[in-house]
Order: sequence, then C-alpha cells, then structure tokens
Amino acid sequence: MRETILIKNGEIALKGLNRKNFEDALVKNIRDRIYDLGEFKYIKSQSTVMVEPLSPGIDLDEAFERLKKVFGIAALSRAVACEKDMNEILHYTCVFLKDSLMAAKTFKVEAKRSDKKFPLKSPEISAETGAKILEEFPHLTVDVHNPDIIVMVEIRDREAFIHGEQVKGAGGIPVGTGGKAMLLISGGIDSPVAGYMIAKRGISITAVHFASPPYTSELAEQKVHRLLKKVSEYSGRIKLYTVPFTELQEAIRAHCPEELFTLVMRRLMMKISCVLAEKEDCKALVTGESLGQVASQTLGALQCTDDASVLPVLRPLIGMDKDEIVTISRKIETFDISIEPFEDCCTVFTPRHPRLKPDLKRVIQAEEKVLSAFPEDILIKTAEASKVLEIG
Amino acid sequence: MNIYLDTSATTAVCKVAADAAYSVMTEFYGNPSSIHKKGIEARNILENSRESVASLLGVSPEEIYFTHGGTESNNTAIFGAVNKGKRYGNRIVTTSVEHPSVKEPMKVLEAQGYEVIWLKADKYGDFSVEELYNAVDKRTILVSIMAVNNEVGTILKTEQAAAAIRAAGAPALLHVDGVQAFGKLKINPSRFGIDLMSMSAHKLHGPKGVGALYIKKGTGILPISFGGGQERAMFPGTEAMPAIAGFGAAVKACGDIEHNFYKVANLNGILRSGLGSIRDVYINSPANALPYILNISVKGIPSQVLVNFLSERGIYISAGSACKKGKRSEVLTAMGLPPALIDSAVRISLSRFNTENEMYATLNAIEDAVKRLRL
Repeated sequence: MRETILIKNGEIALKGLNRKNFEDALVKNIRDRIYDLGEFKYIKSQSTVMVEPLSPGIDLDEAFERLKKVFGIAALSRAVACEKDMNEILHYTCVFLKDSLMAAKTFKVEAKRSDKKFPLKSPEISAETGAKILEEFPHLTVDVHNPDIIVMVEIRDREAFIHGEQVKGAGGIPVGTGGKAMLLISGGIDSPVAGYMIAKRGISITAVHFASPPYTSELAEQKVHRLLKKVSEYSGRIKLYTVPFTELQEAIRAHCPEELFTLVMRRLMMKISCVLAEKEDCKALVTGESLGQVASQTLGALQCTDDASVLPVLRPLIGMDKDEIVTISRKIETFDISIEPFEDCCTVFTPRHPRLKPDLKRVIQAEEKVLSAFPEDILIKTAEASKVLEIG
Repeated sequence: MNIYLDTSATTAVCKVAADAAYSVMTEFYGNPSSIHKKGIEARNILENSRESVASLLGVSPEEIYFTHGGTESNNTAIFGAVNKGKRYGNRIVTTSVEHPSVKEPMKVLEAQGYEVIWLKADKYGDFSVEELYNAVDKRTILVSIMAVNNEVGTILKTEQAAAAIRAAGAPALLHVDGVQAFGKLKINPSRFGIDLMSMSAHKLHGPKGVGALYIKKGTGILPISFGGGQERAMFPGTEAMPAIAGFGAAVKACGDIEHNFYKVANLNGILRSGLGSIRDVYINSPANALPYILNISVKGIPSQVLVNFLSERGIYISAGSACKKGKRSEVLTAMGLPPALIDSAVRISLSRFNTENEMYATLNAIEDAVKRLRL
C-alpha cells in the first residue's frame, strides 16, 4: 500500500502569474520541515502537492503533524495511491480506511474525476464504492447529510487516491514569499503570537531580544529560545539576536524622568532593531503591542515609539483583546512558556506612574540626554555586540 | 570562583557518598531481596546505611525506613497517620509555615472533610504555644510541625507539641518535618515525643531521590502505596540502592553535629555583622534561627535581580525557597513583613564546607550590588 499525504494549496492557488513562485516556496517549506524524517518525493499538480515517502519506515504520523503547521496549506489528508482501476480502488478503500470505517456508524462516498477519460462517471464511482463498503462493513449505513466519515475517491491524471476526511491546514501564505521582518520578542504572551501571525502572511522572521543581566535572568533568555522554537514550527527557522542592553537601561534609569523610562527604553529598542533589520534586509519591525493594554501601548505612546523607527512597525495584535491573544498563544503552545515567572527587559525599572499621554518632544529630549552619556555610535556598537542563535 | 550558598535547596554530594553510590551501581549492584551473594552484599549495604541514619538520630535501625525523599516521607507520615487515627477523631493541627509537601497533603485532607487547624506564625516564624494548646483537643489525630523552617531557619517549638497532646489526652500522633534540621540540630525523636520524622539525604551532602522516615516502634501507621513488601511494606519498590548507599556514607561523614553547628554559627555571625553595616539590608531570620539559614532583604533590589547579580559573580543563593518559584513567600507574609521586603527577600544557606573567606567575598559582592543595583 502506497501511503501519501495530499496537500491542498490555500490562497496561493489564486495568485495568478506568481503562482509558480508560491508553489515552489510551499514545497521548499514542506521539505524543510520534514527532511529529517526520511526521503520524500514531492509532486505538484492541480492545486495539490503530493508528499510521497520514498524510503520504508518513515514516520508519516509525525510528518502529518508537522505539515499541519505549514502556512500556505488549506487542507491536508492521509491518502493511499493506487492504479486507476476500480478493483484496486475498492480493495484499497476497504483496507486503508478499515479502522475509521469500523469506528463509524454512517458514511458517504464522494468521488472526483479530473481525468475525464476514466470509464466511470463520478456518481457511478461513488455508487460502486458505497456498495462495496456496505458489503464489507455491514454495520454501516449511508447518510449523505451528516455522515460520520466521508470517503473520498479522486481519479487524477496519473493515479487514483483514496482518503478519509481532510484536516484543516494552517492557512495563510507560504513563509518567505513576502520577504523578512524583525520581531521584537520579550518573553511575554503577545510577541510570539505576533510572530506567528506575521509568518502566516508569508513573512519570514528574524527575532531580536533585549537582555539586561543581572536585572533579567538567563532563564528569561532560555524562555525566549523555547518560545521561538514553538513559533518556528510554523515560521520555519528563526535567527535570534540577543542584544546586551544593561548599560543602556542603567543609563535610562540615571538620566530620564521616571515616568518616561519605558518609552525611552522602547525607542532605543526600536533603533537598535532597525540597525539589525538593515543588516538582515528586513523590511519592517514586528511587535506584540495591542492598543491600550499597558501604559506604553496607548496611542500617544505608540506615536513616540513609531517615531524612533525608520521602518514600518507591524502590530498584528493591535485590535485584539487579551483573551483573543491568549487563545492563539494556547493554540501555538506558547502560553504555558510565556507565563513562567522570570523578569524580562520590559519589567525592570517599571515606572510607578508611567506617562499615559507623553509629549514626543520631551521624550526625544530625555532620549538625547541618555545617549549623550555614550559615544555617538553606541546603538550600532550595541547591536553589533549581540549574540546570534539559529532556532528551529 | 564558585561560592555555593544554597544548601537548603540542595548540596553537593560529598566524595565518600558519591564513591559509595558509584560502587553500588557498578560493583554491588544486586537486589537486596535476592538470596544469592550479590543480593546479600546489597542487603548488607542497605542495613549499614540504615544503622548510620539511626545512630545519627539516636534511635534503633528498625525505626528507620528509606523513602524516595522528603516529600514521600511527609506524605506517607501524614496520610498514614490520618488513616490510622480516623476512627478516633477528625482534627489535624499544623502550622501555616510548613513546606508545600506538608501543606498540600493537608489541603487534600481538608477537602476530604478533616478539620485542619493552621497555627499562625508570629514575627519570628514560630507558632504560639497558647494557640497550640487551644488547638489540640481530644479528637485531634495528628499534629504535624516542621523542626526548622526552610525559608528563614526558625527553630520551631516542636518540643511543646508532645506536651500539648498529652495535656489534651488526644490520640494524636506527632509528625515532625525534619528535612532542614536533620544532621544540623540534635533532635532525639524519642526524647521529643516524636512518632514520625521526615528526613532527606540531599540537604546533607547525600544524593537526591532518597530520604527516610522515622517511625517510632509500635506506631503502626498504614502505608499509602503497595507492592513487593520492601521496607517492611511501608515503602514498597526495589530499594534505590545507589542513593541509599550514598545517604549512609554522607551521614557517616557528617561528623559531630555540635561541632558543625558552631562552625556554621561562626560563618553566620560574620555575615550578620557584615550585613548590619550595609545600608538598606534587613535580616529577616530571627536571631536564634538555625545558623545554616539566613534570610535577608536588600530593600530596593528585587530577589531575582540580586540572585542574578551574585550568580554572575559565581555566588549562588536563593530567591525565597527554591520550591516555590514566583509566588510571594507565605512564610514571610505570615511573619508580617511588608511587601517591599518580601519581594526583595533572599535566602543564604550554609554548610560545614563553607569558609570564612567565602563569607567575606559574599559580603563584598552584596555591597557592590547595593551600590550598583539599588533603585
């Protein structure tokens, strides 16, 4: 029995002349995600990618789980491939779907015939397959409206495929087709979700984290590594820059009015991120900010931080409530990691009464005062002193 | 430089204990239940370890049961005693400063309908004797009190508990969580009227994963797990021989309790007097606490930050107690400390292997921290 995984392209089928680029990117991403499981053959045809294992003993369960997280896939299913011959089709239907048919009470058969030369028409294929199933599994009855299992028979150009129900894919657009962006990640709940959402729209992610030991713990850095590992199951490999931020943060504490600590800190983070973004050819910054969630995320505060970035700042969570963000973070399994209690760069030196309606001019003055304590190229030097790590 | 001052979390295994464990893993690997020579070798090591633990406590070896650690000792003592005593009454008395491995079983029993009286802590982290006498009544079936508090080092008045039980004519058994006290404080269970006492090896330079429960002869508590009958059916399962051998060796190596006590008290004294002259340092441990544990707050430096700062300099202390990451200490809260001091509390815990120079280096580092980090 030749088992395969059938992958239905998502939005990429709509992309006109770019379609080939998108399909190539999808196949590359699929390959990157499962290459370590063994050798596969990839066949692109009719808005479908067929992933067929070449060597025996490949863990298809694991491959299937991983592919559920690849963007650009609308739906996927485990299938068996066979000759376009009705006897073969009937035989493999009963063998391949035995477990699910045994567990079901009702079923229906759907047939699709893209090879119009096949002697039977779709309704005839359905009828014949249905009759065979009823004969082999007498406990089943047909229910065309609300069946427990839908048996799909597809007659394609080269061969036939039989599969049970399709599973919804991760949706979105293949990562990498939309360029690169730089994700600012703290270790909280929001930033991994922001990274996930941007990757979903086809952007590959580079990440930057600010570490301020001893105010922040090594455990906080390790937490970021584990968060990005989870995000990378969707986005693919992520390069992480960890910026040594202690000196700048201490200077902020020494030279800024307390109410502006957070804003000046965020502006410096933006500027350093832009330095790294340029180096990495990233076209935008990404943050997990959501409007009104904390004092540094009011409209006025966002104006102050935006002003520090020469690149557009993408904020995919901007209009979301906390519980909506939490729902996604649970889905991508970052929530339990995010809530581990280690100090991160955003929680040190938190002002008691942060400014809710900051004045941009005053913030810029405060920032200039901080920077005047350092040589002119301090931000570039700080960015260059980052540790680099590939994750995923 | 490595200055390890977190011995209440765990300790380095001393060489003799590591050697003993290694030889059991590679040479004397028999199962103590086997009747061949390999089994007999193992059985002898098992019983030697038991004798070492017993003699440190001044009890008979038949009263020592090996467990898989302090948590298992506490759980078995508590549930075992309650199962035995439930026909006599419904009340259990404990304190609000116990380790989670006592507190959590108590909460389970509370949910099952037992009346658990939580003795409040005073500003020293101890309970009030009057409150204890009021709490223990004729229907009390268990009194469970820790010997030494794991976060601040307070030596609790456990010796009062047996008297309170007698005075009330209660059928209660007395359990003492002795994990932090074992090998550091002379506690003779029979003299203190203790029926059950929990111990752990890894706080005393033994391996992790092994502990012991003292069960006074004739106490007859019921086991909570069932199997092949090892440890007289109280703690079934093939004995964790490498750890048990290491436990025995570590206990033998620990020497004279009093001698060690004075050595550590001297180190503690150096810290206390040095810290006293650093501004904004508060000492949370009472003056007569077990000298092995010193809880302090450096006002304005959050616990984690001070721990990280010292860690970068190779000095390892603990933010509160290692067992309860991220929660505000219930013990310090019960002692009435203001939140600002609780959030900056750290625990320094010592062992007989620490030196005076290490204390001075630590004082210098804390002074640096205050200069650089204080907000």
